[in-house]
Amino acid sequence: MISVSEVLETNKMIERDLLDVRTITLGISLLDCADTDLSRVEENIYNKITGLGKNLVRTGEEISRDFGIPIVNKRVSVTPAAMVGASACKTPEDFVRIAKTLDRAAKAIGINFLGGYSALVNKGMTEADRLLIASIPQALAETDFVCSSVNVGSTRTGIDMDAVRLMGEVIRKTAELTADRDSIGCAKLVVFCNAPDDNPFMAGAFHGVTEGDAVINVGVSGPGVVKSALTRVRGESFEVLCETIKKTAFKVTRVGQLVAQEAAARLNVPFGIVDLSLAPTPAVGDSVAEILEEMGLERTGAPGTTAALAILNDQVKKGGVMASSYVGGLSGAFIPVSEDQSMIDAVEDGALTIEKLEAMTCVCSVGLDMIAIPGDTPASTISGIIADEAAIGMINQKTTAVRLIPVIGKGVGDQAVFGGLLGYAPIMKVNTFGCADFINRTGRIPAPIHSFKN
Amino acid sequence: MDKIVITVVGKDTIGIIARVCTYLSNNQINILDISQTIVDDFFNMMVIADMTKCSKEFGAVAEELKALGEEIGLRILAQKEEIFTKMHRI
Repeated sequence: MISVSEVLETNKMIERDLLDVRTITLGISLLDCADTDLSRVEENIYNKITGLGKNLVRTGEEISRDFGIPIVNKRVSVTPAAMVGASACKTPEDFVRIAKTLDRAAKAIGINFLGGYSALVNKGMTEADRLLIASIPQALAETDFVCSSVNVGSTRTGIDMDAVRLMGEVIRKTAELTADRDSIGCAKLVVFCNAPDDNPFMAGAFHGVTEGDAVINVGVSGPGVVKSALTRVRGESFEVLCETIKKTAFKVTRVGQLVAQEAAARLNVPFGIVDLSLAPTPAVGDSVAEILEEMGLERTGAPGTTAALAILNDQVKKGGVMASSYVGGLSGAFIPVSEDQSMIDAVEDGALTIEKLEAMTCVCSVGLDMIAIPGDTPASTISGIIADEAAIGMINQKTTAVRLIPVIGKGVGDQAVFGGLLGYAPIMKVNTFGCADFINRTGRIPAPIHSFKN
Repeated sequence: MDKIVITVVGKDTIGIIARVCTYLSNNQINILDISQTIVDDFFNMMVIADMTKCSKEFGAVAEELKALGEEIGLRILAQKEEIFTKMHRI
């Protein structure tokens, strides 16, 4: 029988250390919604999402109540829209109609984000992919809940540098179209290398084409729980440090597994994966940077940060993998600057630079995430940063991503304010030496060699 | 068996156990284990109970227990047992 101390420990994690399940994401295939007639595609998409997703929010709330665990977000990911709209969309504006349909469906079922306004162009672009990419700025400016992602490279295929060049321009244009709101459109746009098909986290979630018709993926969280556990082992050896993270990750992930199985059973949709991610929020005590500092860094960004993050990421996986029957998605520690108060503090104190963040992305789950940069950063420089991140992902066989926000009209020393879960961000300095001649070359970076690893 | 865990946290006062147990008894919820401890000067009680015979939905029971807690000036939280067994048992 369960003991009082175990019950108290669980409830302390929830109440004091902000343990929550970050998201239940319902993946929905829209492949069967394709048609040559755009109006019919719109109707099919709306009906399928509102049909399968109608009970998602209510079910999430019921599970939350039954177990006393907050489930922060209920979301939907769909098949990359470039595929769904390929037969019907002849202009970027046609694709914007699909984005608006997705937005309408998201609002109808009461979710707060829907991901999958996406194109997978890691080797080349179809005409539909080009049209969708061209439509992204307008689509993000004219919808509220739609999230977009573009996969520009993979370890197997190399990097499509034409797409990388295009995405630098698209990010700039998205920023300009939402300039009145500190360029918030860019917060809903991710550029990936090695994008996972089953990621439940926004803004990069989409429902991969190899997935089934519908699936439940769950993203756990809990940086506060890890930090709290580490305060009890200050000064102890790396062995104790690692064991503590691992045990905590196990407990956190078990909650995710329970919620995922319950949601799958109650919605009568197969359980996909649990994503073992430590996802911070701007709330004090819900921070990945605080964990790194608890490990012994004066400030995140100090020498030792990459090693500390590598330990954290690896131990979270080691503990989490045993706690769940299926693990997937991004699975690791997130380091979004604007969504993590201690990360923001580290930037403002001058401890953390974009170059250090780039190094950190080599050992953590995603990439340069939610970083505000000066509004006058050229498109080619943004593409250069994307290429660097994609190269890290391609060579190291991991997912990397870029979610940069060039805040129009603002420069280093200013702040971009997005509000809510997206938080605020100090504008970070970007290297001002150019890379236009490199970016303006056309074609692809070939796939890397898969042997002779060193 | 349909096990739930009820935790009661707050300042100690006369009749807490009686009030909670009366509610459970009136709703055909069988107590399997009951224990209490003082943590950080706070009264902590935990009840493990079986609500197989209870005619009400879990959600309603959780709401009524919460309301009872507010009436006594305590926090009463009912949760399904799985969250604890999943987290603490392999």
